[in-house]
Amino acid sequence: MINKKLLMGNEAIAFAAIEVGVQIVTGYPGTPSTEALETIARHADRCGIYTEWSSNEKVALETAVGAAYSGAKALVTMKQVGLNVASDPLMSLSYIGVKGAMVLLVADDPGPHSSQTEQDTRAFGHLLNIPVLDPATPQEAYELTKLAFELSHEFEIPVILRTTTRVSHSCGDVKIAAEEPAPVEASCEGFVKDRRWTIFPKLTAERHPWLESVQVKLSERFSGLSCNSVSGDGRIGIIASGVSTLYTQEAIRDFEGLFKLFKVGTVYPFPEKAALSFLSGIDSLIVVEELDPYLEEQMLQLLGKTRLPVDVYGKKNGFFPFSGEYNVDIVIDRINKVLSEMGETLRLSHALPAVSKEELPPLPIRAPTLCAGCMHRTVFYAFKQAAKQLKKDQKSDTIFSGDIGCYTLGNAHPLNMVDTCLCMGAGISMAGGLFRTNPEAKQVAFIGDSTFFHSGIPAVVNAVYNNADITLAILDNRTTAMTGHQPHPGIGLTALGTSSKAIDIAEVVQSCGVEFVRAVDIDSLENSLESCVEAAKEAMNFKGPAVVVFKGKCAGLIKSDKRYKIDPESCTGCGFCIKQLGCPALFLPVGENKALAFIQDSCSGCGICAQICPSGAILTQDIKHRV
Amino acid sequence: MKFDILIAGVGGQGVVLASRMLALAAVKAGFHVSTAETIGMSQREGSVSSHIRIGDKTSGSLIPIGQADLLLGFEPAETVRNLPYLRKGGRILVNTHAIPPASRPPGSPEYDPMALLSFLNAHCPDLICFNFTKLAEEAGTYKVANIAMLGAALGIGVLPFPEDTLQTVLDTEIPEKHRAVNMAAFENAVKWVSGVRGIRI
Repeated sequence: MINKKLLMGNEAIAFAAIEVGVQIVTGYPGTPSTEALETIARHADRCGIYTEWSSNEKVALETAVGAAYSGAKALVTMKQVGLNVASDPLMSLSYIGVKGAMVLLVADDPGPHSSQTEQDTRAFGHLLNIPVLDPATPQEAYELTKLAFELSHEFEIPVILRTTTRVSHSCGDVKIAAEEPAPVEASCEGFVKDRRWTIFPKLTAERHPWLESVQVKLSERFSGLSCNSVSGDGRIGIIASGVSTLYTQEAIRDFEGLFKLFKVGTVYPFPEKAALSFLSGIDSLIVVEELDPYLEEQMLQLLGKTRLPVDVYGKKNGFFPFSGEYNVDIVIDRINKVLSEMGETLRLSHALPAVSKEELPPLPIRAPTLCAGCMHRTVFYAFKQAAKQLKKDQKSDTIFSGDIGCYTLGNAHPLNMVDTCLCMGAGISMAGGLFRTNPEAKQVAFIGDSTFFHSGIPAVVNAVYNNADITLAILDNRTTAMTGHQPHPGIGLTALGTSSKAIDIAEVVQSCGVEFVRAVDIDSLENSLESCVEAAKEAMNFKGPAVVVFKGKCAGLIKSDKRYKIDPESCTGCGFCIKQLGCPALFLPVGENKALAFIQDSCSGCGICAQICPSGAILTQDIKHRV
Repeated sequence: MKFDILIAGVGGQGVVLASRMLALAAVKAGFHVSTAETIGMSQREGSVSSHIRIGDKTSGSLIPIGQADLLLGFEPAETVRNLPYLRKGGRILVNTHAIPPASRPPGSPEYDPMALLSFLNAHCPDLICFNFTKLAEEAGTYKVANIAMLGAALGIGVLPFPEDTLQTVLDTEIPEKHRAVNMAAFENAVKWVSGVRGIRI
């Protein structure tokens, strides 16, 4: 029986994995991939699936590898930069291969919306020699997940299911086997000792020809699959994959007769035979794809090999943008540019808006910011004050290295507390490098709790080993907040909510040999700011690596029973609170005679504004009823 | 059939939830649906929008410029920001309750909600604007302004599915402990908007 259900792309992937009998699921949270594992976790107990949030993507992958070597069906989930972390084991794994099956969900983020890079996993698959499937919709994500498991099992090779934000975070009506995925009877042979599981130069040399032969076989197989399809029989060819196919279909609507569209679902290894058959009767080819010119390079290579006289219009000759997310309007403009170059008179047209972008009045910039009541704001502000005092007393500057998580938002105006940010865990090691080259400046690195466990620990070890004079502020809000509040090794809960040993961050850094370790419990302090400033100064004055663990509750998780209000008698309207903190609960209305600061409903009662108000005009307020 | 809805607001206003309710109602009514949601960093008080595309005549989840049939503006500045997506003759519902940005980075224009509401009034003849946050507060909490705006959208009779479909979805999807306040806001908005239907606000 076929059911139709509204599913997010990530949920569709989870449903498909459960239906094919996945037995072990591991991952590390990362937008836009997170909901796949979360969905499986909700069904894990009922369906007998081992599911874990691992400490990082490399660990997640290696855990799944152990299971797949034993014959189990495994799924690993991560965002595209997580694949960078996991690439070391994955690169070797391609030579060894798997038993059972192993699928990686890797979510790319053109734009980018919530990522450090605009990397393209299609090209990464090429580097890894690992097949990559590229769905365009939640429905296709569902179907290609099933195909990925099938291929992985048959060819004994890991398979990447690559999505983009508009697939992973799109909801659509998906035809699925059952309303709720049913448990699947799945067996696992168990690990059988064999020299094939131990990588060694000789084994790699033996396996490399096998790996190359698999690429050829897969390309052959892919050419016959229906997820690589041709529509239309016009004389202008278009090749596209993923969501770019959808934008193209909408852009050329009503002009289908002119075009012939090749939609590629299995992007690596490239389905050359299918591409060649698509090329017959075509003398011009438009390539529509976000991020890298991956399909463009595949087609140029194929055309070169076969000496076919086809003009190619893509990124490499300036017809399409390399960066950013595409949409229907961009594709219309760029196809029109190609049509103009080709001397065609036809132009695709845009819809007319009620009001054009040019007519809009100036609009305030609304950048993402730390939530009202976020403990990170208190810590950032405290270090800002501490650094100011050290500048005054000791004439020393401070360089602040940030990291990846909600607290990257410490970079926002008016805090401006992130001078460097690179990737997960990098802040601590970069502070070490900055110390070598700027010994007169104080070095402060910020890292969150989940990121500390992900990749912060080796950097702490290095700082101790090589005696880097840095201060590390660990922002422990007891959750992986940015990706939607997943547990981590410091919480004492697993992905399924069962209890586990909570690893104490202060104990970890102590055991790494850090001699200065302080813990500040922000929520329990009446005057949190002053205590944070003192701890910050003390740590920054310590010679050698110093760590302060700031503990507090994530404002997104607590229902506060406290709220602050402005006393109109005392408020002078100076705006100091707003200019200093950038708290979204505070604002100063414009256009009134005596504008007083105002505290909005989102206040969660951290009280830092009350602690800095020069007029003592911010007071606690009783809350009658808040939902 | 094609009906494109764009919801514009600020992270934390419940844009994703509102979008999910509309999409569920569309699927329940038998339509093909595709949504694009803002999940991630922007949810931290940044500009967010959800695109809900209903019907068979669309393919991608992002609404092209000039094609939205309905714009639900949860906040004045975000409504104006997304106006170019609205087609000529498309309908707008706007919540007049302004959420000022947390800070004014150098170069950011002053936020004057009244000026933006006047701009909307001047450019959009069928505009319906109301303080849905206040309506929500009166029902119990400002947080259910999103559901109040769904009620208003239903009340003006533009949604492409039967009236009780959305109501059934809300009944099923909203957890028991929050249901009463959500349904009160929803029903009050339906009532309010039916009183003003056809009147230029």
